[in-house]
Amino acid sequence: MCLAIPGKIESITGDDPLSRMGRINFGGIVKEASLAYVPEAKVGNYVIVHAGFALSRVDEDEAQKVFEYLKQMEELDDLKEAGP
Amino acid sequence: MKFLDEYRDGELAHQLAREIHRITTRPWNIMEVCGGQTHAIVKFGIDELLPKQITLIHGPGCPVCVTPLEVIDKALEIAARPEVIFTSFGDMLRVPGSMTDLLSVKASGGDVRIVYSPLDAVKLAEQNPSKEVVFLGVGFETTAPATGMAVFQAAQKGLKNFSMLISHVLVPPAIEALMSSPNCRVQAFLAAGHVCAVMGYEEYFPLAAKYRVPIVVTGFEPMDILQGLLMTVQQLESGRAEVENQYSRAVRREGNQPAQELMRKVFKVVPRKWRGLGEIPQSGLGLSEAYSAFDAEKRFGLADHHVEEPAECIAGLVLQGLKKPHECPAFGTRCTPEHPFGATMVSSEGACAAYYRYRRRST
Ligand code: SF4
Repeated sequence: MCLAIPGKIESITGDDPLSRMGRINFGGIVKEASLAYVPEAKVGNYVIVHAGFALSRVDEDEAQKVFEYLKQMEELDDLKEAGP
Repeated sequence: MKFLDEYRDGELAHQLAREIHRITTRPWNIMEVCGGQTHAIVKFGIDELLPKQITLIHGPGCPVCVTPLEVIDKALEIAARPEVIFTSFGDMLRVPGSMTDLLSVKASGGDVRIVYSPLDAVKLAEQNPSKEVVFLGVGFETTAPATGMAVFQAAQKGLKNFSMLISHVLVPPAIEALMSSPNCRVQAFLAAGHVCAVMGYEEYFPLAAKYRVPIVVTGFEPMDILQGLLMTVQQLESGRAEVENQYSRAVRREGNQPAQELMRKVFKVVPRKWRGLGEIPQSGLGLSEAYSAFDAEKRFGLADHHVEEPAECIAGLVLQGLKKPHECPAFGTRCTPEHPFGATMVSSEGACAAYYRYRRRST
């Protein structure tokens, strides 16, 4: 029930914040989801969808952080290996 | 696909695992609360990448698994009525009640339908004014915004033939109940990312402080889980007990405000029974007074229906992390996904089903 993966908003219908719906593409599978809880979401954004509702917008800058963290780890390792 | 493949990169995952090996000096028991994470851990063999000292305890975070037997029995009773169209998420259909399951009720003529969103159930009620449409609303804080909106819209539309059998559960009170049990071996938690996407993570600060446990909000991809574990082990090894957020790309500290606002309108916090764990105070959501007209238990006169759970299944111990699924004598023999005894075998997120699917060879 909870295996939600992020999907990309392809189009949005409706203006009323409570009934705004989006067509969301999950790697090729397109589903309708309510955008009532992500009033700031726009076409092209990635959202996490659960039980037909977008619950959160995926922040692209934050999404990079784990990879930056790994890169730092690698550089630290290189430094250690190089030794004093 | 963006934001997905990168998080399944094997080399990066091993790099995280190596770092966990490097810093681990002592045995630690860490619980992942969410069933989706349990599924990913067993599927991708994440536990097998970890140092021997680290034990992952699979928590009670599968909403199908913790839905109490009496709710399933009530669902079955309502679904068998001729005037009812009974709707539910697909994974509830095979959950065994005391006597039967929804799928069997459907096979013997009950109008039971799977919906993808609770809003679909509201639509069905509009299209079938002569029928009673009932939705089985189970799930954690992740699902409550969806069921809440369905009730809210049904009220706005003035629908008289729509109601919900609600058994929503809340994560923080379950953590509290686990930690205050004398048998508890859990020393740290991975908190469920999507629950926190809705609720934020301020509720976890008092828990981390009171029980001196690190709590790291964690996503669902293998790399998320490994990074969450790394952050947890860093805390454990240095004696810290803080709330941290690994899943910052989807979770903000304050959570989703519009969703919380709607939930406050539609729901109230109630005591709730958890299958396998018993009743936990203030651990569930029920409909608030203003929306009680949509309560299916009241509409169908089932509020005083109580059922005891069968003894053979040790799912309760599995859910508390006291036993692993393959330690159950029925596992894989008398109890399989085709003939499940307990809900942890029914749901693909349940610990027993995950072990059955991915671990049969090694057990
Ligand atoms: S294997 Fe079956 S009987 Fe044993 S604990 Fe799991 S669900 Fe219950």
